[in-house]
Amino acid sequence: MLAYGNGRSYGDSCLNNDGLLIDIGGLDRFISFDPATGILECESGVLLTDILELVVPQGWFLPVTPGTQFVSVGGAIANDVHGKNHHGAGTFGRHVRSLDLLRSDGTALTCTPNDNAEWFAATVGGLGLTGLVTKATIALKRIEGPFMDVDTLRFRNLDEFFAISAASDSDYEYTVAWVDCTARGGKLGRGWFMRANHKPALGQQPDPRKRGGPTFPFVTPISMINGATLRPLNTLYFHRKRQPCSRDTQHFQPYFYPLDGIKHWNRAYGPKGFLQYQCVVPHADARASIAELLERIAAAGAGSFLSVLKVFGDVESPGLMSFPRPGVTLALDFPNRGRQTFTLLDRLDDVVRAAGGAVYPAKDARMGAAAFKQYFPATERFKAFVDPAFSSDFWRRVTGEDS
Amino acid sequence: MRKVLIVGATSTIAEQAARRFAAAGDSLFLTGRNEERLAAITDDLQVRGAPTVAARVMDADDLSAHGATIDAAEAALGGLDTVLVAYGTLPDQTACAADPATAVAAWHTNAVSVVALLTDIANRFERQGHGTIAAISSVAGDRGRASNYVYGSAKAGLNAFMDGLRHRLFKAGVKVVTIRPGMVDTPMTADFDKGPLFASPEKVGADIHSAIEKGTAVCYTPGFWRLIMTIITALPRAIFHRTGL
Repeated sequence: MLAYGNGRSYGDSCLNNDGLLIDIGGLDRFISFDPATGILECESGVLLTDILELVVPQGWFLPVTPGTQFVSVGGAIANDVHGKNHHGAGTFGRHVRSLDLLRSDGTALTCTPNDNAEWFAATVGGLGLTGLVTKATIALKRIEGPFMDVDTLRFRNLDEFFAISAASDSDYEYTVAWVDCTARGGKLGRGWFMRANHKPALGQQPDPRKRGGPTFPFVTPISMINGATLRPLNTLYFHRKRQPCSRDTQHFQPYFYPLDGIKHWNRAYGPKGFLQYQCVVPHADARASIAELLERIAAAGAGSFLSVLKVFGDVESPGLMSFPRPGVTLALDFPNRGRQTFTLLDRLDDVVRAAGGAVYPAKDARMGAAAFKQYFPATERFKAFVDPAFSSDFWRRVTGEDS
Repeated sequence: MRKVLIVGATSTIAEQAARRFAAAGDSLFLTGRNEERLAAITDDLQVRGAPTVAARVMDADDLSAHGATIDAAEAALGGLDTVLVAYGTLPDQTACAADPATAVAAWHTNAVSVVALLTDIANRFERQGHGTIAAISSVAGDRGRASNYVYGSAKAGLNAFMDGLRHRLFKAGVKVVTIRPGMVDTPMTADFDKGPLFASPEKVGADIHSAIEKGTAVCYTPGFWRLIMTIITALPRAIFHRTGL
C-alpha cells in the first residue's frame, strides 16, 4: 500500500500499480493554530493552498513552498520539498516540528527531530514508504502582507547567472532563474533572474487573480511544446522586456504559483504528456556541469519553456533521503517523444553522476537502480525503516525489484 | 453572526458546509453519533474561524433525545437561528424490498426522525419570529424509481413536509430551505462507480451555505439536477417503466 496525497508528483513515486493507494484527501482537518506563534497542527491531507487561505490573512506564510500550492502536507513531507528560499530556509522538513507516523502493524509513532529522531529522518523525504503520516506540526513564518517585492534581472550567459546569484543570496529571501534551454554557444544559459522579498505591509488585499483562472480546456492532439514552437517561445520570453532589470510589486499567488493560475496546464503537452527532470550538481564543478547539461539539451532540441535554475544553500536537509543538497539545481520539462527523450535523460544522468549530483525522485519517472543508489547513498540504511506493507512503482523500479 | 445547529455534523457534506459557516465567523453546535470524529471536526472549525464550536453525541433515530439536544445547543450558543439537518442513510434497495423492517427503518431515519426534529425546531423558531431551517433531502424524492424508491419516498415525504412547513412559517418570518443534492462523492456512495454526474462535497457544501444565506426555498445542487429531474418527472409512464432508472 501507499499513501496518495494530491497526486502532483510528476513521476511514479505516488503510484502503486497492483497495490493499494490510500487516498488521504479525507484527512483534511486542521487541529490547532496559534496566531501568536505561527505553530500549525493539521492532518496530512490538508493542502498547502488551504493553509495559505487560513494563515495569510493572519500574517503568516508557509516556511517553504514548492512551485504549486496544490500539494498535501503529507506529500510535502514525503518529498521534503524545497522552494525559492532554499538558500536561507532549507527544505520543508526543517520546519516540521513533529509528525505522526502510522505503521502497517498498527504502531503509531510521534516523531520529532529529537524523539524517534531516526524515524523522523527516514520519513522526511522518505517518499511515503515508512508508513502513513497522519498529522504534522509545522512552524510558519511571519509576513506583514501578501505582496512581494520582485526584482527581475536579465543574464546573458551562465557566468552572469552565477555572479547575480552570488550577489543576491544574502539580501533576497527568494531567488530563482528562468533559463532559455534553446540558447547555445556564447548565449548558453541565458535567462532572467528573479529575486524577491516579502513586502513590508501593504495591507491585506485580495489576490487579483483569486479563483476561476483560465482552464486549459482539453488535451491537445499533439504537444503544443514541440520543435516548431520551442525556440520561438524561449527567444520571445528572453526578449520580453526591453530593460535588463526592473522592480515590481506582485501578489504572492502569481509570484510563487504562476502555473496554478492555469488549471490543467499539463494538457498542453498532448496525450503523451511530458517528463520532468530535476537534478542538483555540487558547487565544485557546477558551472561546467550545468553548461554540459544545457548543451546536451539544446543540441537535442528538447526541453520546454519551463526551465529553472537555482543555487541551493548549505542548510542541511533533515531527511535521510532528502534530495536538496549544496549545489546548483536545474529543472526542466520534456515533451514525451518516446525513446529519444528517455535516451537524452539517460545522457543527462551521465553528467549528473559524473559530477556527484542527484536527480529528484518526486519528478522522476525513469531513473535506473544504479543511478538511484549513487544519488542516494543512504538507501541501504533507509531500507530498515521502510514499512514492509508499503511500496510504490518508483521504489520497485529504483530498488530493482521489478527488473 | 449565525448560531447554527448541525444535526449529523460528521457527514462529509455537512462538514464542508460547516467550514463555510466557520470561515464566516458563525458559531456552531454539532451533533453526531461518533464522539471522536465530532471532536476532530470541532477543532478544525475552531481553527477555521468559528468563535464557538460545541458538540454533543446524539443518535437522531432516538426521538426522545431531540429536545434535550436542542436545549443544549441553545444554551451553548446563547440561542439558535439556523438549523441544518444533514444526516441520512442510503439503504440497499434490494434489502428494503425484501424486508419490511428494513424499509421502515430507512423511513424512520430519513423521514420520521426529521419530522420529529423539525417540528420541535419549527415551534421554537416560530415563537422567536426568525430563523432558517434547512434539511438535506435528495433528487431521489422527486419521483419514485425502482432503483431506490424506499429512500426516495422517504425524501419525498420530507420534501412535502418542508413545503408545508415553509408555508406555515412564512408569516413568522422563518425561512425553510430544502436541499436536493444529486449524487455526491462521499462515504455514503463509496461503493458506487463515480461518473461525470457525481459532484464534490465541497461544491455541495458551498451550495448549501449559499442557499441558507439567501433563504432559497428549494436548492438543487449542483444546479443542473433541476433540469434532469424536470425531465425525469415529466417522462410518461409508458416510457419511464422501460428505463432502468
